[in-house]
Amino acid sequence: MAPQTRKAAIVGGNRIPFARSNGAYARASNQDMLTATLDGLVARFGLQGQQVGEVVAGAVLKHSRDFNLTRESVLGSRLAATTPAYDVQQACGTGLEAAVLVANKIALGQIESGIAGGVDTTSDAPLAVNEDLRRVLISLNSAKTLQQRLKALAGIRPGQLVPEIPRNSEPRTGLAMGDHAAITAKEWEIGREEQDELTVRSHQAMAAAYDRGFFDDLVTPFLGLTRDNNLRPESSLEKLAKLQPVFGGEGGTMTAANSTPLTDGASAVLLASDEWAAEHDLPVLAHLVDAQTAAVDYVHGGEGLLMAPVYAVPVLLPRNGLTLQDFDYYEIHEAFASTVLATMKAWEDPAYCKEKLGLDAPLGPIDRAKLNVNGSSLAAGHPFAATGGRIVAALAKQLHAAGPGKRGLISICAAGGQGVVAILES
Amino acid sequence: MSDWYREFANSGLGTTITKNLGLPRPAVLRRYEPGQPLLPGPAVVGSAGAGRLRDEVTQLLKDAGVTVVSPVAADGAADGERFGAVVLDATGLTGPGDLASAHDFLAPAIKRLRASGRVVVLADPPTETTFPAQAAARQAAARQALDGLVRSIGKELLNGSTANLVHVPSGAEGSLASPLRFFLSGRSAYVDGQVMTVSRAELPGGEDADRPLAGKVAVVTGAARGIGAAIARVLARDGAHVVAVDVPAAGQSLAEVANEIGGTTLQLDITAADAPTRLVEHLRERHGGVDVVVHNAGITRDKLLVNMDAARWNSVMAVNLQAQLDITAALLAADGVLKPDARVVCVSSQSGIAGNRGQTNYAASKAGIIGMVRSWAPEFAERGATINAVAPGFIVTEMTAKMPLGTREVGSRLNSLQQGGLPVDVAETIAWLAQPGSGGVNGQVVRVCGQSLLGA
Repeated sequence: MAPQTRKAAIVGGNRIPFARSNGAYARASNQDMLTATLDGLVARFGLQGQQVGEVVAGAVLKHSRDFNLTRESVLGSRLAATTPAYDVQQACGTGLEAAVLVANKIALGQIESGIAGGVDTTSDAPLAVNEDLRRVLISLNSAKTLQQRLKALAGIRPGQLVPEIPRNSEPRTGLAMGDHAAITAKEWEIGREEQDELTVRSHQAMAAAYDRGFFDDLVTPFLGLTRDNNLRPESSLEKLAKLQPVFGGEGGTMTAANSTPLTDGASAVLLASDEWAAEHDLPVLAHLVDAQTAAVDYVHGGEGLLMAPVYAVPVLLPRNGLTLQDFDYYEIHEAFASTVLATMKAWEDPAYCKEKLGLDAPLGPIDRAKLNVNGSSLAAGHPFAATGGRIVAALAKQLHAAGPGKRGLISICAAGGQGVVAILES
Repeated sequence: MSDWYREFANSGLGTTITKNLGLPRPAVLRRYEPGQPLLPGPAVVGSAGAGRLRDEVTQLLKDAGVTVVSPVAADGAADGERFGAVVLDATGLTGPGDLASAHDFLAPAIKRLRASGRVVVLADPPTETTFPAQAAARQAAARQALDGLVRSIGKELLNGSTANLVHVPSGAEGSLASPLRFFLSGRSAYVDGQVMTVSRAELPGGEDADRPLAGKVAVVTGAARGIGAAIARVLARDGAHVVAVDVPAAGQSLAEVANEIGGTTLQLDITAADAPTRLVEHLRERHGGVDVVVHNAGITRDKLLVNMDAARWNSVMAVNLQAQLDITAALLAADGVLKPDARVVCVSSQSGIAGNRGQTNYAASKAGIIGMVRSWAPEFAERGATINAVAPGFIVTEMTAKMPLGTREVGSRLNSLQQGGLPVDVAETIAWLAQPGSGGVNGQVVRVCGQSLLGA
């Protein structure tokens, strides 16, 4: 047992450019993308044939055959075949949760290095057999006599040919995530224009980051794609204002632009102990200081589906002796522009902070100039499980560039009313 | 990339047809593989006049496991053994009259040269003399005559054999070993008809012949494909850790190259304003410095000069020349990053020597590299480092595969070896220049062109 814990270092990251659904990566599987991402990381840090402590990754949309997705990707990669791996899944929080899990094992001295990742494809999605047909086939499989088999087969109907398509909706409410976000946006009176402004800023910030080479050591091209193809550097308020709302019905404010599209992609982050990094002549960009998850009752409790990070942050801050203003950079995952805005508005609202979060005073505002400075999911797109790795690696690099002792806060909302937040420090 | 004509010419029927029709008969070249003997047969060593290098050369060959035969045996010996190499020490030349002895030695020896054999002539630089004026002129004439002699031998040799001339100034004898080994070995398969000069240098001993770059860190720009990928592979084979650099857009193939050779990637646009700083910091932080730098990245934007826009001109200059200048300058300025015995190799081009229609921008940039290398050589020598240029001729790559058949066939045959070179031929030459033992090769331009007719 390690007598005391240590902070895990973030050495660097790699991801493939994110691609809008049914586009550049239409034929790529989760395993293809995760393997390519691991190989890019291996090439960047010279890990060929090396065994890292553990590789932890996951996908939200997963084929049943991919039960060992991460381990299979490791076996297909240039890492040593003796590298253990396991899958995790916490919806859009998967990537960040994977990083927290790896960091915790490093902190406890159980491993010296590890890779956290995530991958998702909405193009090569798992289609399931129609539920009625599935029951027929199971009965057929368990039938022992010819008579039983014929009886089972007689249950087949033409309508059963329609497959089960995975839906981006909440099983308990039947509402799409966007519909849930629209309810929250309405409650918090988030206007159309401020959502569009946030969206334009995200695109412009990310385009500028690409142009100054910020992503040169964070992204490796894949299948001919060299940049996220959702990125619209020429995006403007005028153009966005012309779009029709897609969520929230009459008077809705959420459009295809200020909501993230379905996206394919993968990301990976290399974490290690400081000693391991030094032994391998690798940099320490930042440390993962602490993390917190939270969940809200969006079914019966009257809270918004994507509001869990709002609850997680006030648990995390006092534990680390920090206020919301003690950060140099904020990464609030842009599932929807309205989600980011509602999150910040909630932290500024005295009544909400008192009643819902049980705080004497609101957490207060954050400096918008420090928010998502290199763009976020509205620009890059959001392959669910890959978003956490994208953010962790980019924030760690940004903090490192800013100098030692700089702090960053990550906030990621997830389906099922969950949220994962974390603190990084250079 | 297969050379269909070479394969045909070396087949049973092809041999008959090409011989009877007097068609070119390109040979399958002897190329280097680790562990390979230096030569496939014995070497015959002779001298013209009272040379000062013969004993040293003989010893060097014996150390490399080569059987050394005396010139007497070459002259009508009965056993009919064929030679792997013919080495002439011509440092004893005093005037044109001595050249007859060069002829007497070379003619019977070359007659018995094996396929992919080597002719290497060693001489003093023509104008370096201690003689008074008239005697100096006679001596310079004789020495310069070797130039025409060796280049002509190169054109007469068959079956993939090559002829090269090495100038060894007085005092630089200790630097001869590395170039001599190179010109004899399979590493120089496509280097033919070249004249180079060695210089005096402090050289380390005890190099592992099979892994001369063990423990070295090498940067290769443009390493994602083609010649750059071949350079990365050969440097890694020779023991170096390769930092493979290419533009971010080429990152996927760059990662494949790095993973194949156990190297690392650095995605970097070398023309970016902060590229030199980023490269220097990367080398300092990740590798504690760099031993070998290969400036290979290059682009073409062909157009006749009168039709060439500024974008075409500027982009070629920025990538091919300015980036090499800026990065080298940054490495020289950064304290302790460029190792004292560093080797910098710049990829120039035959076009930079001969010029090429439609390539004013490219040829200018590649000629500029030669000027840069020659200008920097003295400063590098002071550090114990070297800077050299390699000028490839017609090298078979994905790019040449896209050329029209006729143009490609003609282009690839216009040289003494009657075939295009391979990326590995350029890579082997660069890896040789990168060796610690090549410290006496500085400020040189080595063409890897099979003795091309262009710009020769």
